[in-house]
Amino acid sequence: MTDKRQWDGFNGNVWKKEIDVRQFIQDNFTPYDGDETFLCGPTTATKRLWEKLQALQKEERDKGGVLDMDTDIVSTMTSHGAGYLSKNDEQIVGLQTDKPLKRAFMPFGGIKMATQACRSYGYEPSSVLEKIFTEYHTTHNQAVFDAYTPEMKLARHNKIITGLPDTYGRGRIVGDYRRVALYGIDYLIEQKKNDLARLEKGDLGDGTIQLRQEVSQQIRALFEMKKMAQIYGFDISEPAQNAKEAVQWLYFGYLAAIKTQNGAAMSVGRVSAFIDIYICRDMERGILNETEAQELIDHFVLKCRMVKFARIHSYNELFSGDPVWATLSVAGISSDGQHMVTKTDFRFLHTLENMGPSPEPNLTVLYTRHLPHAFKKYAAKISISTSSIQYENDSVMRPVWGDDYSICCCVSATRTGKEMQFFGARANLAKCLLYAINGGVDEKTKDQVAPRFERVSGDILDYDDVLNKFNQMTDWLAGLYVNTLNVIHHMHDRYYYEAAQMALLDTDLQRTFATGIAGFSHVVDSLSAIKYAKVHVIRDSDGIVTDFKTEGDFPRYGNDDDRADDIARMVLKSFIGKISRHATYRNSQPTTSILTITSNVVYGKATGNLPDGRRAGEPLSPGANPSYGAETNGLAASLCSVAKLKYSYALDGISNTQTIAPRALGNTDDERQENLISLLDAYFKRGAHHLNVNVFGIDKLYDAMEHPEKEEYANFTIRVSGYAVKFIDLTREQQLDVIARSAHEFI
Amino acid sequence: MLSPVRRMNLSDSMDGIIHSTESFGAADGPGIRFVVFMQGCNMRCKFCHNPDSWGFNGERISAAELLQRALRYSDFWGKNGGITLSGGEPMLQPEFAAQFFGMAKEKGIHTALDTSAQPFCSKDERFAALFRLTDLVLLDIKHIDSEKHRALTGFDNKNILECAKYLDRRNIPVWIRHVVIPGYESDSELLRLGEFIRSLSNVQKTELLPYHTFGSHKWEALGMRYPFGSLPPASRHDIEHAASLINSDTYTP
Repeated sequence: MTDKRQWDGFNGNVWKKEIDVRQFIQDNFTPYDGDETFLCGPTTATKRLWEKLQALQKEERDKGGVLDMDTDIVSTMTSHGAGYLSKNDEQIVGLQTDKPLKRAFMPFGGIKMATQACRSYGYEPSSVLEKIFTEYHTTHNQAVFDAYTPEMKLARHNKIITGLPDTYGRGRIVGDYRRVALYGIDYLIEQKKNDLARLEKGDLGDGTIQLRQEVSQQIRALFEMKKMAQIYGFDISEPAQNAKEAVQWLYFGYLAAIKTQNGAAMSVGRVSAFIDIYICRDMERGILNETEAQELIDHFVLKCRMVKFARIHSYNELFSGDPVWATLSVAGISSDGQHMVTKTDFRFLHTLENMGPSPEPNLTVLYTRHLPHAFKKYAAKISISTSSIQYENDSVMRPVWGDDYSICCCVSATRTGKEMQFFGARANLAKCLLYAINGGVDEKTKDQVAPRFERVSGDILDYDDVLNKFNQMTDWLAGLYVNTLNVIHHMHDRYYYEAAQMALLDTDLQRTFATGIAGFSHVVDSLSAIKYAKVHVIRDSDGIVTDFKTEGDFPRYGNDDDRADDIARMVLKSFIGKISRHATYRNSQPTTSILTITSNVVYGKATGNLPDGRRAGEPLSPGANPSYGAETNGLAASLCSVAKLKYSYALDGISNTQTIAPRALGNTDDERQENLISLLDAYFKRGAHHLNVNVFGIDKLYDAMEHPEKEEYANFTIRVSGYAVKFIDLTREQQLDVIARSAHEFI
Repeated sequence: MLSPVRRMNLSDSMDGIIHSTESFGAADGPGIRFVVFMQGCNMRCKFCHNPDSWGFNGERISAAELLQRALRYSDFWGKNGGITLSGGEPMLQPEFAAQFFGMAKEKGIHTALDTSAQPFCSKDERFAALFRLTDLVLLDIKHIDSEKHRALTGFDNKNILECAKYLDRRNIPVWIRHVVIPGYESDSELLRLGEFIRSLSNVQKTELLPYHTFGSHKWEALGMRYPFGSLPPASRHDIEHAASLINSDTYTP
């Protein structure tokens, strides 16, 4: 590519020869070591927009969760005319549909879900569309169920594997939206055409044929992106020439994704240092001041706060509070050791002050103790006042994913522009332990779900015997789980291909195969109970073990006690080992996670009594959190237990959520900020992966639950496993679960 | 009838008897602290929220091992944190406490002793040794009136006020802690408490702790009747009222 006039003033050469956004950033970004005093408050336009959006959000809540819905337009990049929140005030434009918060009709993932979503909110979907997508067009959901085996259906029905993306979009693919701004669409089309030309030589095997079709779809998507921008009066064929265009071009890339995909997670990526380069150039040229720069970021973030999808009730039970995981990552360190905090990293955090707390975008600080102290302190300040930030350990992720990775879901990392993930929800290992005890019979439904392995005999559980049976059962589960995900992703590629996002990734992709574990702490504590205490089994009239009586004390995960924590390490290492032994779709790299989002409540409902004392139906502990009530030595000991789980065994993420009362962090603002920094430094130094930090008292949670109508709670945001959510948008059951877990109140 | 100060003998090999530890304590002294709750207390405060720490049954641990456990979390402490011995009544195990603090001081760790000082006796050299290794004493004064103190705790407050004066003479920093129980103190008694505190020159802070009922379930678990029954927790107003009468620099958590 020849030099573009839009690149005047930028350093470097390599990124001009081929697509290489990372190199562009490394050649041009300006690290910032100072504090937050340079930041500017919201403009009057920002205030008006935010007030208008809050009014619409209130209206949406009052209407039962949905403000408006499409019923007769299939959402594509160009299906709608231009939509605005308030045209004259918006620096950054573009909505999913023609009106703010109006949810699009997206049938490609599954027509049943699309129509159910309409009907459950009182809208009647177009009968013509329903007929087309039922009779003439195969949806992702239909295709998956065509290929599922009876065993997969049974396992799914019994929720031993659960939350699978077979009824909704898999998400987790972060287009490198920065490419739109840096190169312009025409160059991206040219590159993809070159890639396609490379794929016409020799014998065309299955893989090449599939890829040729995919790249062709990507090229069409790029043309359509241009048309979409034209609807808003922009020509994005060429690179962006200033900061405002850069943010707008980038957002158009993201908008293309959210108009065409209702994936479980639709992350924005890592954009702060990139945008900062444009802002710095504009400021040097004297065409942008700080107030205007902040306004651009505020308006971009405002757009991320408006992303909505039509969901069905059972989806909301899994992922409560209407999340989209518009995850946006800031900070981190370059491979050469230079921190990547820029003024725009501050500006993104500052949106939580300018426009108040908010669950979206899911703001993630890529943390290491080597970040500048002033930035850490500002992040701690915002954490304490808004509970809207999560922290992830850059020191463990950077060696694996390089220094230009994004968080693509709640906590999982992905190499930006170079990789996609096959999201795989999770296997319920707590239930699997019960299957091991009961020879594959489900403790709730009495279905023979797994093969008829030998069940536990005798009245007292023997550790070695149970462990052997558990191993056998997880062998079975791992195989079934991988096969099920292979079916899902095979079909997703064919019937709900993410052409717009893939168009902004390299053609030669790396792929990860992201499995997950639910019920982690309960498996660990149950095995510990069996090993260190005496666990009697109680059988029902069918001879199925449905309850346990435990005599004596046993160490629990969450107390920095190696007896329990060693079991935790063993369970994780063994599970990923078993997953890795199976062939994965498109030779993807198997990973696993210990994160459950809010689905711990639903998973818990389907899981019987456990040897650790957890009663049937009670929520499982979320993510990698120790079980409720298990932590008896305080927060530091609990964090140390979680930190012992090696990230290399769970490259998809190890999520931990902790709530700390303000007074438990200290008495003055300064003390609280410094103590939170000490806590983060100490935790991440031990190799831990992730921490959600909530800072509030339990009384606030009670009051918000009882008085959701109070003005002060409209935007009261809390971190739950892997994302943030407005507390009042949770079901009462989940609110009670959050309250029960806010355990570090009375130290 | 009442257990005396626990005397170490050879078979003890200086083990301490502890109830539990808290790895991230922020309520007992400055900064984030490793807090050790010791077993054993002579007092029988009617509002005690740790009645399970009255006796001497608990985990036995050497000072060196306990310090090792604390040090696991030293990087969580930040600039002002450290270790706190609480209880129970740590002054009932003075040799152990002194040994633990001595080892901590060798490593430059800030030491705080959370005590009601009831076992105190100015002639007992073991307390002098302990206080020499203590950077901060969190001194509980349950009631300024000796008779009412006895009614509330089973003991008069003579030793306790004496200890406060002793610490003043030795110039050992003190935070006075006082639990505000609604309806248990007259205004004139609160004024007297304030006067007493102001007569000391080593008090850095007075913490007024609102009476709470979180300990009541422990009484029930131990098969005892909770003496304060349905007495409501102290309100913000109770605290503000007490603070205005004690008229000292106060903070409430």
